[in-house]
Amino acid sequence: MTQKVLMKGNEAIAEAAIRAGCRFFFGYPITPQNELLEYMARNLPKVDGVFLQSESEIGAINMVMGAACTGARVMTSSSGPGISLKQEGISYIAGSELPAVIVNIMRTGPGLGGIAPTQSDYYQAAKGGGHGDYRLMVLAPSSVQEMADLMFLAFDKADEYRNPVMVLGDGVLGQMMEPVILPEPKEGNAVEKAWATTGKGNNPESKLITSLYIKPEEAEKFCEHLAAKYRTMAEKDTRWESYRAEDAEIITVAYGTAARLCMAAVDMARDKGIRAGLIRPITLFPFPSAPIYAAAEKGARFLTVELSTGQMVDDVRLAVNGKSTVGFYGRSGGMVPDPRDILSQIEQIESEKTGTTAATEGGAA
Amino acid sequence: MARAIFQEDRCKGCGLCTAACPTGIVVLDASRLNSKGFQPAIVTDKEKCNGCALCARMCPDLVIQVER
Amino acid sequence: MAKIVFTRPKSMKDVVTHYCPGCHHGIIHRLVGEALDELELAPKTIGVAPVGCSVFIYDYIDTDFIQASHGRAPAVATGVKRALPDKFVFTYQGDGDLAAIGTAEIIHAAARGENITVIFVNNAIYGMTGGQSAPTTLVGQSSTTTPKGRTSQNDGFPIQVCEMLNTLQGPSMISRVAVQTPAQVIRAKKAIRRAFQCQVEGRGFSFVEVLSACPTNWGMTPLDAGKWLEDEMIPYYPLKDFRVPEGVQ
Repeated sequence: MTQKVLMKGNEAIAEAAIRAGCRFFFGYPITPQNELLEYMARNLPKVDGVFLQSESEIGAINMVMGAACTGARVMTSSSGPGISLKQEGISYIAGSELPAVIVNIMRTGPGLGGIAPTQSDYYQAAKGGGHGDYRLMVLAPSSVQEMADLMFLAFDKADEYRNPVMVLGDGVLGQMMEPVILPEPKEGNAVEKAWATTGKGNNPESKLITSLYIKPEEAEKFCEHLAAKYRTMAEKDTRWESYRAEDAEIITVAYGTAARLCMAAVDMARDKGIRAGLIRPITLFPFPSAPIYAAAEKGARFLTVELSTGQMVDDVRLAVNGKSTVGFYGRSGGMVPDPRDILSQIEQIESEKTGTTAATEGGAA
Repeated sequence: MARAIFQEDRCKGCGLCTAACPTGIVVLDASRLNSKGFQPAIVTDKEKCNGCALCARMCPDLVIQVER
Repeated sequence: MAKIVFTRPKSMKDVVTHYCPGCHHGIIHRLVGEALDELELAPKTIGVAPVGCSVFIYDYIDTDFIQASHGRAPAVATGVKRALPDKFVFTYQGDGDLAAIGTAEIIHAAARGENITVIFVNNAIYGMTGGQSAPTTLVGQSSTTTPKGRTSQNDGFPIQVCEMLNTLQGPSMISRVAVQTPAQVIRAKKAIRRAFQCQVEGRGFSFVEVLSACPTNWGMTPLDAGKWLEDEMIPYYPLKDFRVPEGVQ
């Protein structure tokens, strides 16, 4: 029977992860994701799972790696500074082709920054984050419901691709309470993990999980293999949502909390007769370049909105590839824009349509 | 009769076995090189080997098998 | 019919190692292999090999292996053991790995009494990167990064890992051994076997430090290196059973 409950985003992620078959959690406290860790500490033992608070973020991600090597569904969560510390391990997990789920409930940075919500870890998440030629699949929920739903997808895709998946939320989503219908629990792993190191038993060959390729020929082959995997991800698993974008002349591009604000701004603009819309990337990697390019070809102009000084806007510009203009509006440091501020930006672009053809500030025409 | 069999091509000529042999019959053969380019360890006087395997215990390269 | 009284342990692959002539890693690998054989652990073993000369241990010991990042083996092993408590999990770490970059991981795995076994190979230097100073480099010992010898004023003092871990309640067994003579090899073998037995019996964290020679980076012949280990290392790193649980074979 479906269950509708009022939950904090952090707790919805934790509960959904357990329902998705996650039985191992290793983590370290950091605001604003502590409820996730605490929920796991209370509830994983009830399903014979293991919760362990590690000595450090580095310890946590390496424990995740160890459990992932056995084929278990395992996750960790953190925020900005903690995610930076985990990057070494994330690179090894990607380099060892292990499935794992990492949640980043973004807080402001750089440095210690602050605990207020932001989207300033986009580059780190969408471009790999640690050393080496790798990518994470990055899922960006924009509601508590979607946080819960995407956890199932996160574990499934991690297993399918043998690749770490990051769920990228922000302090607003982590802390806010919304009604959520919890997905039905899932038993067992969908994918057989013949590669897992569980002891060789009676098998003639022992198994090795490594990211070490000392011969350049083999290392290149491996990097090409990873690149092919990411291309498959792009073909099969690019996700986005369009909102009133079909006939839009001005399209906002935003994810997570910023997308919620844009939705409100789009409605206000439509009420004023401006044909505005939204393209909301759900996967930040692979990035939904195709629908953005398609809209650009049809003549739409773009406004990227982020809770940062501008990171995803680079990918929007690459997607548009000079076909149209790309503006940017962002607030940073934990400041969250009012939808009316976004509306003003949309109106500004609208007013330029009838005047000169000059690009909006920061445009890529 | 005890004997220590040296897989000569695995030997790296470190000489740890030579110091371990209580009867002093294991030496590095200075007159030649093995396929790796090392002077290999050999037994000079096979009759004297008592099969104690101390040479084998000190060998880092599993060169030596001992039979008794 | 002659009986074979000494040969390669079954759990070791029939390959030549990459180690330099006279490097003690080969002896220590063999002792691990012998202990795995005797306790019939190989089929249920997952080893963890972090960065350093011994990262290639997986090419020599025929069990499942995970290659971990520098210093993190105890955390990786923790993840494995928590997921598979009935399997046998050990790490094999050098002194740069364990006593410098991996200090947090080893201390906390020990403090938790994590039911894993750690083989800690201390040769007082960074081997794989070419002989730089390690946390275990002796005062006065020269290295490529302490060319005039380690000074306590500039570089501080070498860490005695067994003594440090012995302040914690978590470990079930802590021993320091060496392999520079046949008698020490036999002692070291017993310690490694006992450490494995501790884990099998669920007694928690077991730790064996093995003093080891690095003739190449010490700039000595293998036999001189053994003598240097005896004369210089053992006085600072005394061979000792720091903690032995009762009733373990």
